[in-house]
Amino acid sequence: MRTLVHLPLALLLAPLLPGVIHRVKAFFGGRDGVPLFQLYYDLARLLRKGAVYSRTTTWVFRAGPVVVLASTLAALTLLPLGGLPALMAFPGDLLLFAYLLALGRFFMVLAALDTGSAFEGMGASREVWYSALAEPALLLALAAMARQSGALSLNDLYASLSPESLYTPGGPALLLAAAALLVVFLAENARIPFDDPNTHLELTMVHEVMILDHSGPDLAFLEYASALKLWALGSLLTGLLLPLHEGGTLIDAAAGVGGLVLLAVGVGVLESCMARLRLTRVSNLLAAATALAVLALMLVRRGA
Amino acid sequence: MSFWLEALIVLVVLSNLRVLGASRIDACVRTVAFQGVLLGLLPLLAHSDALTVRLFLQAGASTFIKALVFPWLLGRAVREAGVQRETDPFVSYTASLAAGILFLAVALWLGARLPSAGAEELRLLVPVALFTILVGLFIIVARRKAVTQVLGYLVLENGIYTFGMAFAEKQPLLVELGILLDVFVAVFVMGITIYHISREFDHIDADRLSELRD
Repeated sequence: MRTLVHLPLALLLAPLLPGVIHRVKAFFGGRDGVPLFQLYYDLARLLRKGAVYSRTTTWVFRAGPVVVLASTLAALTLLPLGGLPALMAFPGDLLLFAYLLALGRFFMVLAALDTGSAFEGMGASREVWYSALAEPALLLALAAMARQSGALSLNDLYASLSPESLYTPGGPALLLAAAALLVVFLAENARIPFDDPNTHLELTMVHEVMILDHSGPDLAFLEYASALKLWALGSLLTGLLLPLHEGGTLIDAAAGVGGLVLLAVGVGVLESCMARLRLTRVSNLLAAATALAVLALMLVRRGA
Repeated sequence: MSFWLEALIVLVVLSNLRVLGASRIDACVRTVAFQGVLLGLLPLLAHSDALTVRLFLQAGASTFIKALVFPWLLGRAVREAGVQRETDPFVSYTASLAAGILFLAVALWLGARLPSAGAEELRLLVPVALFTILVGLFIIVARRKAVTQVLGYLVLENGIYTFGMAFAEKQPLLVELGILLDVFVAVFVMGITIYHISREFDHIDADRLSELRD
């Protein structure tokens, strides 16, 4: 029964997170900002419309949004939320989780390249560059956590964490892994130190530029998938930093969602206080995140 | 091993990585000063069961010199010599970070091979000390400016100090203070030298000094 809770919760509440981030940024900027549920309105509006396809595109362009949404959903079924177990779990599913996200990204890049637009090609190139650097950090951080808990499944891994595990020996390694995951979370979701989701100048956009040519339901699929991805990587991070397992389904769900909303508020504050990094410095930050993850892995290997 | 000791050791490693990855000289100086504070706390946490006046004295003296006097001397040298703020590496920052990770792996491998002399909970200190020494050497070789080479020397000395921490009970206080005095004099002299080099040649690029002829 408890395994059935996380996925509907994610499907329903994921578009809320970008809304929270927007509201926090608007508050910091002294503006009113868009409504909290803006993404829901956008999705509803886009789904009612028809899609326009350029004659130069092939089936790849049409398959892109579907594959992106499907792979993100599949990744979500493997993911526990705090105390709530995942729908599916088997040893090694953390690798599958990482590569399902990679599959979605691959098809988004293919669809962007399929349009033949110079801007989309540039955005695709940047997206691949970021993710090639972020992926080692993600995998090494997950490997460090797996080594520390002795579990190869995300479910067992997050179930073995407890609030004490952050303050006992081995805790510093977990905190390092969390720091690496935070950088990956920001990079993969095109948040501010890496990419400004609000700029609409093609030269500076990364994620946004790749979805310029999608319209109607396709665009809705991509927007929804990126909200789900925010939820997925966010719950990786909050599950590590707020490992609460009270036992009650309702309490665990509330703790998990509360953690994610807190994370969204934190991201909003971070984005309000920081400027976007110069493009050449991005690799530095991602290399530093990888270094943190390697350090975490070495520490837990040593401690075992 | 207690959580705090492990956190402190991790912070020492992180400060080393920061010295490798930072592009500004003043950021490097601040990081080395922070490392001095960390190393001052180290003996108190590592030997928290047997605190003696001697340990406090040692910690206080090294913190005072490493976290206050050295940064002040270096900051003065940077100001007087009018150094540009970039560290001017031979090896790029990302490559330096990668080298740092490699050093850490080598140090852990080496530390596991060495017979552990100290107590069980101090075993992590030896690899971290080796790592710090390697990073110091790397900074001396891979950075162009004389100021950053002095910083590398300081990191190197921090590594030797950490190594001594693993055996703090057996090491005479006199030896520790002697090393501190040596390093102090060395940094003092280097500060003066940097100033003179920059006044003679309008730069402190140590690489270009090798082209000198009479």
